[in-house]
Amino acid sequence: MTEHKNNSQINVSQEALEIARKQGTLRYRMKKSKASYLMLAPYFILFFFFTVLPVVMSIAFSFTYYNMLELPEFIGWKNYIKLFLEDDIFLKSLKNTLILAVITGPVSYFLCLLFAWIINEFKGWLRAFLTLIFYAPSICGNAYVVWALILSGDRYGYLNGLLMDLGILDQAIVWMKTEKWVLPFLIVVQLWLSLGTGFLAFIAGLQTVDKSLYEAAALDGVKNRWQELWYVTLPAMKPQLMFGAVMQITQSFAIADVSIQLAGNPSVNYSGTTVVTHLLDYGTVRFEMGYASAIATVLFLLMIGTNLLVQKGLRRVGE
Amino acid sequence: MMKKLKLRFFRPREKRLNRSMAGNSLLFIIMAICGVAMMLPLIMVINNFLKPLDELYQFPPKIFVRNPTLVNITDLFTLMNDSWVPFSRYILNTVIITGGGMLGHVIIASLAAYPLAKHDFPGKNILFHLVVLSMMFSWTVTQTPQYMIISWLHINNSYWALILPACSFGMGLYLMKQFMEQLPDSLMESARLDGASEWQIYWRIVMPNVKPAWLTLAIFQFQQMWGNTGSTFLRDESLKPLQFALQQISAGGMARAGAAAAVTFIIAAVPITFFLICQKNILETMTSSGMKD
Repeated sequence: MTEHKNNSQINVSQEALEIARKQGTLRYRMKKSKASYLMLAPYFILFFFFTVLPVVMSIAFSFTYYNMLELPEFIGWKNYIKLFLEDDIFLKSLKNTLILAVITGPVSYFLCLLFAWIINEFKGWLRAFLTLIFYAPSICGNAYVVWALILSGDRYGYLNGLLMDLGILDQAIVWMKTEKWVLPFLIVVQLWLSLGTGFLAFIAGLQTVDKSLYEAAALDGVKNRWQELWYVTLPAMKPQLMFGAVMQITQSFAIADVSIQLAGNPSVNYSGTTVVTHLLDYGTVRFEMGYASAIATVLFLLMIGTNLLVQKGLRRVGE
Repeated sequence: MMKKLKLRFFRPREKRLNRSMAGNSLLFIIMAICGVAMMLPLIMVINNFLKPLDELYQFPPKIFVRNPTLVNITDLFTLMNDSWVPFSRYILNTVIITGGGMLGHVIIASLAAYPLAKHDFPGKNILFHLVVLSMMFSWTVTQTPQYMIISWLHINNSYWALILPACSFGMGLYLMKQFMEQLPDSLMESARLDGASEWQIYWRIVMPNVKPAWLTLAIFQFQQMWGNTGSTFLRDESLKPLQFALQQISAGGMARAGAAAAVTFIIAAVPITFFLICQKNILETMTSSGMKD
């Protein structure tokens, strides 16, 4: 009797095991989540067509000669060899992009954080107003064309007018057509434009920091707001710091419109050229798609690489 | 005076420890200086908009307008009425493209964000990581092949060429997913017990609860779409958006300097107004925008 009972118990548990094993299989789990997949479908179909496929195509075309009229012809690493060994303008654009990214990226990241942190010390309408002031430049479309008036090369330009008024200059300088001035001014304008999504994320992130942490820190001997920032606030908003970094890096590597609008494309002696303006030059003017794809691939790797590297670094904040 | 200022503008003392008077004043001054610097170009945009032509070409140039006038905007409207595509058509195009892009993005991205945030299924992490990865590079990188794909799909020279790619931006899905993750699971559990399907849960329970998130998506999308001239994909003049028409007018040189000033003002003012309306909700979404590692 007891033996029989035992047996049936074993049988039941084996059946349950069998069902459990079945439910654990990939196929079963996929079947079970049919609704989830259906919900994902519209987004990921579009995502595939307009993001994944272009990246794959870009990498594939970068090994070909392709002018959009004839079929692409496989030429191996030639595009890359030409890019890094023969194309002086590409090297210049790479240098400019790195200068712009290395300066505007960290500086604007730091400014975003600083301004967000200060704004967080205010409250009420003043805080909303300050948020608007600092965020406005980055959202107001092509309002940066007003910089073209400021930097205009004749004496009607605001900067020239001001400097001549003050007696610092006796003759107007054609700012955006003078090689040494192009990059500095692009940096200024880009910084002005760069308090964007990351800035908003920081402002919001600061609000979520648990207030009791500050009291605990005060008991532990944190003396002023600067220590508070490093030991309490920053570690608590690490996720937003990551998000902001990604936004900032991506933005600073993709500078092109500002350069084209203010310095022209091509700019004087290519002083304002960036990887993206070079890409646009080959992709939309010369229709050398293979070469343009190689440029795009290099930029793609540069952006992702930097992002991953910086994320790694950010994990150490507050340690 | 300073004491009163502090009381009104800074957070209540008991919640913020370790604050000094000197520090507060310093921060106030820093913010005032930087704020003016940030605003100056925008103040110029507004003043140029109000300047009559002789003041626009004055030497030495003055930032502030002396005889404000609205002649620039009336000039702009006269110029617009002269164009051979009726102006209302440009506005209609903008409404279709911007509205379509916003609506499509909000619905499609949040539909995908719900299972990513709340369901467990094979492949979930890979898909989400792909989207995060896509946020790490700018769309300019994929611009050229995207153009080819759009012509292969035979949707160039139609509104779809602008609307469809806009529906699949990574940041929208990302923000939506982070926001939805904060909804309590019990909300969905109880609906499931009542016999609601996943679609009903998504539409009736999740969506009404994430209103700030879709307002955020809508404004980001609005900014993207508003700045688009569509000149890469749209050949027919009658399909092009307002932005294109406006930029054509402002490219008209000296004689149109006044109208150009009005154009810059309009292009800048619209997204700022939009942001003002949605500001509170956007900050709420950004609270949950943390990128986990």
